[in-house]
Amino acid sequence: MPESDAMGRPLTPRKTEMRLGREAQARIGQQLRAMYDEVVNQGVPSHIADLVRRLSDQD
Amino acid sequence: MKLDPAIRDQVLATVPSLRAFAISLSGNIDRADDLVQETLLRALSHIDSFQPGTNMPAWLFTILRNLFRSEYRKRRREVEDADGRYAETLKSHPEQTGRVEFEEFRTALAKLPPDQREALILVGASGFSYEDAAGICGCAVGTIKSRVNRARTRLAELLSIDGADDFGPDEQTRAVLARGGG
Repeated sequence: MPESDAMGRPLTPRKTEMRLGREAQARIGQQLRAMYDEVVNQGVPSHIADLVRRLSDQD
Repeated sequence: MKLDPAIRDQVLATVPSLRAFAISLSGNIDRADDLVQETLLRALSHIDSFQPGTNMPAWLFTILRNLFRSEYRKRRREVEDADGRYAETLKSHPEQTGRVEFEEFRTALAKLPPDQREALILVGASGFSYEDAAGICGCAVGTIKSRVNRARTRLAELLSIDGADDFGPDEQTRAVLARGGG
């Protein structure tokens, strides 16, 4: 069974229209993670570490 | 009562990701810092409601997300155009939110509805499963999936990433079609 019609168009255009291409998804994912990981890589700021220690040592 | 050091270490280990989530949600590093501190205060004063062995990141993210949403609702009552103001904050203080190279992406992210933004970040950046993200947002798994899809599609539009090309005819086929049509 052919995957495309005589004009080379895929036989299920509706389905493909609704989904974002894999490459586009990958690019968005990369940018999102790069932005996020920039903050993750900063680790735990000292004032937050102090806060957690203070709160955990409370009687 | 002192906190179990193992639990404390789990909390500390989640902080970097929790900060990244807060900054991605709020778009403002000062607000994000307040959110993280408020989350930790609440979490550690209610540590008895955390069940050891369950998902610490998911528990902390749920608290932060709920704090952010209640604050957002409050602000929305005060300022009609909360999203617009959020985008404006990004524009006027790009140095607050990180390096310039992510500015375009952050601006696009700021234009998404909050529901879609949080779903995309939780699944696409924090690395939660759809099930955990649904638990954090208090909605169905299917709802998270559709929000993530809509967020990606909208971001692709805003960033002019042409998604249609990926599924359409490839370059070669298009060239052939163009010649054939001439």
